[in-house]
Order: sequence, then structure tokens, then C-alpha cells
Amino acid sequence: MYKIGVIGDRESILGFKAVGIEVFPCDSHEEAEKVLKKIAEEGFAIIYVTEQLYKDMLQQVAEYRDSRLPAVIPIPSKDGSLGIGMEGVKKSVERAVGADILFGGE
Amino acid sequence: MERLNVNPTRMMLTTLKRRLATARRGHKLMKDKRDQLMKGFLELARENKRLREEVEKELAKVYESFSVASAVMSQEVLEEALMFPKQGVELEVSGKNVMSVDVPVFDYKTTASDSADIYPYGFASTSGELDAAIYGLSGVLPLMLDLAAKEKEAAMLAAELEKTRRRVNALEYVKIPQLEMTIKYIVMKLDENERGNQTRLMKVKDMILKEAIEEKRERDEEAYGA
Repeated sequence: MYKIGVIGDRESILGFKAVGIEVFPCDSHEEAEKVLKKIAEEGFAIIYVTEQLYKDMLQQVAEYRDSRLPAVIPIPSKDGSLGIGMEGVKKSVERAVGADILFGGE
Repeated sequence: MERLNVNPTRMMLTTLKRRLATARRGHKLMKDKRDQLMKGFLELARENKRLREEVEKELAKVYESFSVASAVMSQEVLEEALMFPKQGVELEVSGKNVMSVDVPVFDYKTTASDSADIYPYGFASTSGELDAAIYGLSGVLPLMLDLAAKEKEAAMLAAELEKTRRRVNALEYVKIPQLEMTIKYIVMKLDENERGNQTRLMKVKDMILKEAIEEKRERDEEAYGA
């Protein structure tokens, strides 16, 4: 039995509580890193992080990228998408194929 | 390409030939694995991209109604309204094996008793926008879980694919040419030795023959003289 969590600024993530996701409001990326580390060990299988925080904690997120669990997934926050999530998809294509062949036209 | 630094012996030749056969077979297998992975991965990446676009679009809508809701309601009331969620999500993680990569599979079910009744608050003190936000959010949730699974799978396959690609290239462009070159070197060296031996034998045979003739002639002369 695993849990789902979301880390982000209070305004953006409050609503997730209503659908059964645990919310962890954080104001700075230092705080978010601590929370991420803590809940990654507590049996959270999926952790959504708002892009505003995600962009400053790439190094820590990279630690979880090749392990099976948890999946750390960037989502846009209320201030809109920064395109980091898309960038991640693009990166993994580049990593796998050696060149970006899916997003070339954009 | 440098050849391996080995002694040109017949035993080494046998060993290297065996290694070359293994390397060739490994290369073929790796190549097949790479192609198969690539096929799966590209499909996955496209799906991944589509899902992400959709999730980002839907979430933007949710945030929109949510910010309206938080504008017309006070922070306290909003927090109170969401304090005890009615709906929970149960997540089970199993694994599946894609080309020897163990990727997680997420199975979830929501624990709401009634899917139409997901609002954890009375309607009296809350605004309609909040309802819209929650409704939208529960609609995006399956997409988000799907996205998480796909994105994780894509990341893991990408790592595996990178490794396999490197191995294929290392075998194809370094290991196999190197072995071929070394085998060729040993064969040439052995042939050269063989030829050297042959001439030496012929030479020795000549010398022995000459000696024998000489001896015979001496004996004949002795016989005539006597």
C-alpha cells in the first residue's frame, strides 16, 4: 500500500487534498528537499513537485531518477508551466536515442 | 586500432577465436535488444508527451477555478473545507519486466463511496468555483497517475537504452575489430614461423644430402685406389 504526495506552494497544491493526495506545502526549495527526502523513505510511490520548486532541486531529484521508486514528477503550479516537465521528456529521449528526434520541430 | 598485446601462440589464437565468437554473438543480441527497446521507447515517449500536454492543460484550468475560489473565500474557510478529504487513493505498485528492466506499474483505486459525492464540505459556506476545481482535479487525477507511470518507465528505459547503445558501439567499433586484428596478426606470425621452419628443414636436408654424397665419393675413390 503506497501513498501519493505533492510538494509545492500552499496555494497551488491545497486542492489536491480533496482527492486523497497528501499535500506538503513548502515555501523554499531547501525545505522542499528535506520534505522530499523524508517522504521518499516513507513509502510514497509517486511524488509530484511543482516546477517552481523542482527547478532548484534537480540534483536531488536526479538521485531518484534511475531507481524504481519513488517517481518524482514535475507538475505546473498555479503560476503556469515553466516547460520543465516537457524538458524532462525531451531529455530522456535525447539520452536514449542520442539525439532529439521527437521534438525537433519545436 | 591497436591490436592486443599477446604472445602469438596457437593457444592464444584458440582463446581469441572463442572470444571473438562470443563478442559477435553478444553484439547481435545487444543490437536486437537495442532495437526492441528503441521501438518501445519511442512509442512511450510520444505517449508521454501527449499525456503531459494534457495534464498541464487540465491543471491550468483547475488552478484557474481554484484561485477564483480562494479569492472569494477566506483562507480559513477554504482550508477548513478541505481539511477532511472524503476521497482517498489506494495505490498498489507491482512490477513488469520490459527487456530485463524492472519498471513499476501503478494500480490505483479511489476509495470514494460515491463518485458523484467527492466534495468533503457542505455547500453553504463554499463557492461554486471550489466545486469546479475539485471536480476538475478528480478528473485529472487518473491522467496524472498515468503520467507518473509513463514518465518513470520512460526514464528507466532511457537509462537502459543508453547503456545498451554504448555496449553495442563498444563491441562493434572497438572490441570486435581489435580481436579480428589480433587474430590476423597471430595467424600471420604463425604462418611466417611455419615458412621459416620449412626453409630451415630444406636447408638441413640439403646439407645432409651433400655430406652423404661426399662420403660416398670418398669411399668410391678408396675402392678404386685399392
